Amino acid sequence: MGNVIALDGILGLGELKAPAEIPAAASGCSSSACGSSDGPGDMPPEVWEKVKNHPCYSEEAHHYFARMHVAVAPACNIQCNYCNRKYDCSNESRPGVVSEKLTPEQAVKKVLAVAQEIPQLSVIGIAGPGDSLAAAGKNTFATFEGLQKLAPDLKLCLSTNGLALPDHVNRIKDYNIDHVTITINMVDPEVGQHIYPWIFHKHKRWTGLDAAKILHERQMEGLEMLTSAGILVKINSVMIPGINDEHLLEVNKAVKARGAFLHNIMPLISDPAHGTHFGLTGQRGPTAQELKVVQDQCEGGAKLMRHCRQCRADAVGLLGEDRGDEFTTDRIEAMEISTDDTVRRQYREHIESERAGRHAAKEAAKAEVAETVPSDVAPILIAVATKGGERINEHFGHAKEFQIYEVGLQGAKFVGHRRVDTYCEGGSGDEDALGTVLAAIADCTAVFVAKIGGCPSTSLKEAGIEPVDRFAFEYIEESALTYFKDYAERLRQGAVTDRKGHDAVLRPAEALRA
Amino acid sequence: MAYKIKAAECTVCGACEAECPNIAISMKKGTYVIDPAKCTECAGQFDSPQCAAVCPADCCVPA
Repeated sequence: MGNVIALDGILGLGELKAPAEIPAAASGCSSSACGSSDGPGDMPPEVWEKVKNHPCYSEEAHHYFARMHVAVAPACNIQCNYCNRKYDCSNESRPGVVSEKLTPEQAVKKVLAVAQEIPQLSVIGIAGPGDSLAAAGKNTFATFEGLQKLAPDLKLCLSTNGLALPDHVNRIKDYNIDHVTITINMVDPEVGQHIYPWIFHKHKRWTGLDAAKILHERQMEGLEMLTSAGILVKINSVMIPGINDEHLLEVNKAVKARGAFLHNIMPLISDPAHGTHFGLTGQRGPTAQELKVVQDQCEGGAKLMRHCRQCRADAVGLLGEDRGDEFTTDRIEAMEISTDDTVRRQYREHIESERAGRHAAKEAAKAEVAETVPSDVAPILIAVATKGGERINEHFGHAKEFQIYEVGLQGAKFVGHRRVDTYCEGGSGDEDALGTVLAAIADCTAVFVAKIGGCPSTSLKEAGIEPVDRFAFEYIEESALTYFKDYAERLRQGAVTDRKGHDAVLRPAEALRA
Repeated sequence: MAYKIKAAECTVCGACEAECPNIAISMKKGTYVIDPAKCTECAGQFDSPQCAAVCPADCCVPA
């Protein structure tokens, strides 16, 4: 049990009080009727069982559970204009990048090492750094085979561009892989030819429209095969302004019609220093509000995912953190490895027991806002400094990212995250870093923190963003709703103005491993 | 004739090894090399040398 207690410390669970008393029945609104951002009421029970501990498939789970990518698949079968396979930098965070390629045997050992130190670990994914199913998927399936034998409690999943997918659906079923991600950026080859310069298929390199047409057909075929086999499919789309931004609505409709479970629209990461085609030609990524507009327009279609961190193909830990550096090959070689899963199981039972209370408390807070706030008050955005556990438990100056919640009459909903440079390095404030924080959360009304210093607090106020530390260590959603109720009252009195028209800057996490 | 891999540009992804119909490509001292005795440039087997067609770094070239 020692490990479980230590873990509570990490997540900020142990030091905190239980949620305020929970009304027996939240007035007039059950979770199934109100469509909370993602909970057991929104999906069939068998689907909830599959996703509830998967940080990438469930927004709620991403506050509690960790994932790990093992980089065993370096080969790829297509070229994308946003990817440069030659680039490999330990300070960069984006899909397709790793520091160390692993053999399947090394990967299995690394998973067991991480699992015994991070009991939140629930999912092992293979996301490249190339394509998990290229080169016949040899390393990918060899790794899954080893994991199935030695750590059967961990969920297995993979990501693919879909080109080779139809050839491998049977093996995916054989290894009980119940989550697959396909990157689909277009459903029209006219659009696709501007994203994919070539593909390798049936022993031939295809280019232009032909390449995009084959890729599209294979993606749709693979998606249909997976969903009819009962496998949950997440679609990743990279939003590329001027190329596929408006087209993503069509993508959303097409994948929904074929049974995709989630649609994750991610901003293009583009920088000339990455050496990608888009980076070198000056293709820009979307702003925060441009991304949100497209995500909001797709909201009625396939269920949307907004908590993606576009992590590296060798990322380790909770989403938003990367503990890969702690697990180098040298260190793993020297470790005593065990296959005991007791601590992981205890952690999962602990989370399971907290869940029902959490759902009820959120509904109660939502119902109170719905009753007291006038219907013409527009939703606001709130930035939150958190280390996980759905709590406001991070110091402003230590935050590497802020989670963004949209709060309004419909409740509090996680809508994204913004990466920033850590403001506080070695005890003193860095004014340049503060500038990046202000730019990253410029569309937010308030920022919730566990603690904040005097200087950044003043700068935030001058920028029109209210620093709020009175909810320190409380739950995020309930605090956001309480704040919104108060905000609506202040708005009525003319004490505050809304932040309509402000936009913010999205940036990759170059500082994550610095 | 045979193909070769320009080691300085190779990303060591192994895509070529998986496609070679002649098992002519193998890992030697941290990089992939083509055995010229086994390489046929895929003549009579495919339209073009498979290693060159799949290589993301375009570093499989005539020797």
